[in-house]
Amino acid sequence: MSAGAIRARDLGKEYRIGSRRANYKTIRETVVDLAAAPYRRMMRRGKGASSDDKVWALKDVSFDVNAGEVVGVIGRNGAGKSTLLKILSRITEPTTGFAEIHGRVGSLLEVGTGFHEELTGRENLFLNGAILGMKRAEILRKFDEIVAFAEIDRFIDTPVKHYSTGMYLRLAFSVAAHLEPEILLVDEVLAVGDVTFQKKCLGKMEDVAKLGRTVLLVSHNMAAVRSLCTRGLVLDAGGLAVSGDIGSCVETYFKMIGAFQESPDPGIDRSGSAGFEKVTIFGKTSNAANTIQQSEPCEVSTVFRVARETSGFQLVCIVEDMQGRVVFRISHDSQSLGLSLESSQEYELRLGFPPLWLNAGLYSLHFRAFIWGDRSSPRYDSDKVPLDVAGGHSEVDSILHPEASWMMAPLRESAVQ
Amino acid sequence: MSAVPVPAIRHEVPIIHIRPSRGWASLRLDEVWAYRELLYFLIWRDVKLRYKQTALGAAWAILQPLMTMVVFTIFFGRLANIGSDGLPYPVFSYAGLLAWTFFADGLNKSSQSLVASSNLVRKIYFPRLVIPGASVFSGLVDFGVAFVFLFGLMAFYRIPPTISVFAFPLFLLLLVCLTLGVGLWLSALNVEYRDIRYVVPFFVQLWLFVTPVIYPASKVSAKLAEMGLPAWIYGLNPMAGVVEGFRWSLLGRGPRPGSMLLVSALVAMTLLITGAFYFRRMERTFADVV
Repeated sequence: MSAGAIRARDLGKEYRIGSRRANYKTIRETVVDLAAAPYRRMMRRGKGASSDDKVWALKDVSFDVNAGEVVGVIGRNGAGKSTLLKILSRITEPTTGFAEIHGRVGSLLEVGTGFHEELTGRENLFLNGAILGMKRAEILRKFDEIVAFAEIDRFIDTPVKHYSTGMYLRLAFSVAAHLEPEILLVDEVLAVGDVTFQKKCLGKMEDVAKLGRTVLLVSHNMAAVRSLCTRGLVLDAGGLAVSGDIGSCVETYFKMIGAFQESPDPGIDRSGSAGFEKVTIFGKTSNAANTIQQSEPCEVSTVFRVARETSGFQLVCIVEDMQGRVVFRISHDSQSLGLSLESSQEYELRLGFPPLWLNAGLYSLHFRAFIWGDRSSPRYDSDKVPLDVAGGHSEVDSILHPEASWMMAPLRESAVQ
Repeated sequence: MSAVPVPAIRHEVPIIHIRPSRGWASLRLDEVWAYRELLYFLIWRDVKLRYKQTALGAAWAILQPLMTMVVFTIFFGRLANIGSDGLPYPVFSYAGLLAWTFFADGLNKSSQSLVASSNLVRKIYFPRLVIPGASVFSGLVDFGVAFVFLFGLMAFYRIPPTISVFAFPLFLLLLVCLTLGVGLWLSALNVEYRDIRYVVPFFVQLWLFVTPVIYPASKVSAKLAEMGLPAWIYGLNPMAGVVEGFRWSLLGRGPRPGSMLLVSALVAMTLLITGAFYFRRMERTFADVV
């Protein structure tokens, strides 16, 4: 069954910006405006409507989401993700286009909306539940479950102003996590709380997805998006850039934000004399370039060209995660490769790796070379290529996900017969 | 054919249409009804916070009209000797203040309500009517407390309630409708024009002077008759009808409000209906502006 859950056509939202007019008006401005309106209309007749102080936060966005799909909405800040979610959750109206939603919608644009410092956890739980659209009976039924999930049983009758930030967020998310609409719209809520709780939230979201509910998730946490979503929508500058399978969407996004951008350092195109050519990564079993299983050996290959007379060079291979942290950095020099160096030489470079056991997700790989014997010892960087690792995924923030063999046996014979 | 009945649990899946709306929107009162529990919780929150954050709690509900009554009695009742339709001035003014306090508090709170709840408006969808609605209705709790005190005052001055007390719910309903009507106008205007925040206290103060709280309406109608104007003209201030209705139904004395009340009721209903439509029209931009 794949009935349509969301159908959006040409959705657009125009906002008024600019210093000439604030968002809200004062009566004086309105009076002045009214007086000036006929004159302004006359002035505009020739030029057409002015659009100097308007901006399209979203423009001509069309897509379909089937029931049961978990769709990740990704894009840079200001790309229109939140505007899209606000339109779909009916908080604001689109300026153009329309959307059709089949089913009840629960939206979670923020956790703890409507929480009040002076009220106790219990009171806030009921209030927040009602604000999110739960019925009183439903809240009563799930009360124990919500409190248990938030791990705040002892403090349920304490005003939330005495809560730690963690407790506050746990309670807030817990209420939201127990919403049961057919369609759930979620914005960035996974960015809250400590890592352990984030993991718990991810687990809860996975459960939601497994129940066959439709989820639209906006997040900057690409690892979470990749593990939860099946499809993606990439927004850029208010428009829909790509829609499709989540892996390619995440890759597009990273390309967009410059994670794989061509290096600014002198590279292959520097007079064509020296540097690296295209880098490719192949797993032993996979046939798609730059995609490997975490448990398989892989091979990285490229072509390196040395132009000038040199006594040797050093090669470095660097793998970084998407936060820019170095996962590893290994180097090798030309002497130990046993090369006889001549000028204008092209070399084929191959690196064989054992299974790397990287946590599933996206990484980037690039080469760097230092040429010896030169006054300036120039550095050459290859382009960064994506390294897409498939397989088991553990905690949000970990780098490795090795397979271990777990064994356990009692140390002594049990006393029980 | 099959022995096993197919359970027909699959309920109707609602289809939500999202598109830009133009012109005057319908009130969609069914939706407000669907969100009645939220209305209830917001009222409950307002009341709870009011009694939690203040040291005197429920006492405020009585103190405010009571202290006003004392000042009015000394200055207007005794010193200025304004007259009170033959009723003891304290009871006379308190009955009026009972209605007035609800009205003035309701306007002050509801006009600020949308801006004060901007975090809700920007993050969650629900019929926005619920917010000023909750501010107005939460005043009913204070009203209830102050109302009980009126009976103490009536017992003290030996004024027994008469059969007309059964008409009281109608006047209360009129008061609530009027407060809601004006509150809707002010709250929607306040989102668009932030001047309203400064205008409201001043506006409420002026309104008090044209309402027969301090003085009896009979004095005004007498003057109107001298000028050859019909008495119902005073009813164009809808609070005039409400306050006079309160006195007549609760204290059982004074003139029965007739044509004046009818005019007040018409004005109140007009304010409520136009207020609700204006609110709905402005509603779609609240989240962008607030």
